[in-house]
Amino acid sequence: MQFLISMHINPAVLDALTDEEKVALGGGHGTFIAALKESGELITTQALVDPSQAAVVSVRNGQPVVTDGPFLESKEYLGGFYLIDCESKERAIELAAQIPDAAIDGLGVEVRQVMFADGPLEA
Amino acid sequence: MTASAIEDLLRELRPQVLGALVRRHGQFEGCEDATQEAILAAAAQWPAAGVPDNPRGWLMAVASRRLIDQVRSDHARREREVARAIEMAPEDVPATDDTLVLLFLCCHPSLTPASQTALTLRAVGGLTTAEIARAFLVPEATMAARISRAKQRIKAAGSSFSLPEGAEREERLRVVLHVLYLIFNEGYTASSGSELDRADLASEAIRLARMVHAQLPEDGEVTGLLALMLLTHARREARTTAAGDLVPLDEQDRTRWNRGLIDEGTMLVKASLGSPALGPYQLQAAIAATHADAAAAEETNWPQVHALYLILERIAPNPVVTLNRAIALAETDGPLAGLALLSTLDGDQRMAGHHRLLSVRAHLLEKAGDTAGAYEHYRRAAKATASIAERRYLEYRASRVRA
Repeated sequence: MQFLISMHINPAVLDALTDEEKVALGGGHGTFIAALKESGELITTQALVDPSQAAVVSVRNGQPVVTDGPFLESKEYLGGFYLIDCESKERAIELAAQIPDAAIDGLGVEVRQVMFADGPLEA
Repeated sequence: MTASAIEDLLRELRPQVLGALVRRHGQFEGCEDATQEAILAAAAQWPAAGVPDNPRGWLMAVASRRLIDQVRSDHARREREVARAIEMAPEDVPATDDTLVLLFLCCHPSLTPASQTALTLRAVGGLTTAEIARAFLVPEATMAARISRAKQRIKAAGSSFSLPEGAEREERLRVVLHVLYLIFNEGYTASSGSELDRADLASEAIRLARMVHAQLPEDGEVTGLLALMLLTHARREARTTAAGDLVPLDEQDRTRWNRGLIDEGTMLVKASLGSPALGPYQLQAAIAATHADAAAAEETNWPQVHALYLILERIAPNPVVTLNRAIALAETDGPLAGLALLSTLDGDQRMAGHHRLLSVRAHLLEKAGDTAGAYEHYRRAAKATASIAERRYLEYRASRVRA
């Protein structure tokens, strides 16, 4: 079963972390990625640039309209994700709990099963 | 010999060669790699140069040489001694078929089901890591890591290369059968992407089940599992429309069921029902055979289906079995009786919000004439499923009940 574990970040919460906490956060992800690779459960992981760099695209009367900034007016944004292949939803939740973000107030870790997939997996 | 005949021969010989190597030298991981290389060499050379007189001996010799090379490249003293031992061992081929022992090893209880299926397909089935990765829709690197970790675990478990005895053997055989069942289901529930690759998984599971059955023809559950696979596979063509939409059992064009598979499956079920203890695979196969026996959905022997589910529920209690029994009960005693049985599952944590519980309830509500309730439950079931084909089907049922 494949699951997307998405990490919802709050830039203000991240900014308020001490340097030690930031290093621990990065190190925690490194350890997590290494363990997932070793167990053969990682498909891919990606982190996204700051939401201020996003662009919202819509088409009106056949013309594209581009607005700088994120789509949702929110404190939290999608910061990145892990795409994993594991035994069950219980296992996916167990893995999600190992992500350092899950232990930090104001950051959200969400687990959802994949319903459809296409495209080259090695990309 | 044609290229595809050579391919079949290699797949048949592969577990025998690997089994013989592991029996002689231990070190499953090294032997697995060496066998893989020998198979690749044969696949490259035999189509042009012809199949050697003793193909198994040829593969054994090449794989043994590869194993020596591997060991030599390592400088540990102990392993040099192993290399000498390998070199001195005669190139004979043991007469015993080690395929079954190999299967037990790949389905070692220290592995997760995902690792057991991957390793079984690779070491016994002879699929390449890339093929297995494609079939399970994961990147090759993910699958390679999973297989490599599985081999390390087997090594760490220090399992001996022999069939377990007595109760342990029984228990381990259940795991083997479960792994074959998982492989089959993975192929049967083609949920997305490369459906052709997944259909191959079902055929591969049947091939492996035939192999186990040939070794253990007296085991009722082995026979039952093979029968269940054949009877399920027989319906494959009728199960979806050309557009990929699901067709439920009662609406399938039964002339499209594969008669040959049904006859074989039914014969196996009958043979297995004579065994001393009935197991879940035999009962599920008997249920599938009862459906296969009806030329039209209306002719289904529902009292027999219900009775079989009742026995299944007793020997292997499971909410999904109760769910299926509710469908049969609704046919024999009416939809309200089925709904009453379903309500016994409401407190079951394993079924909370499960799309199958919702869709069966929708189906029975529809039969009972409660269209509003049926509509609501079909919609909720459509939201809860992780399969696109199923979601499409449930949405269609929802709109049909409203029309």
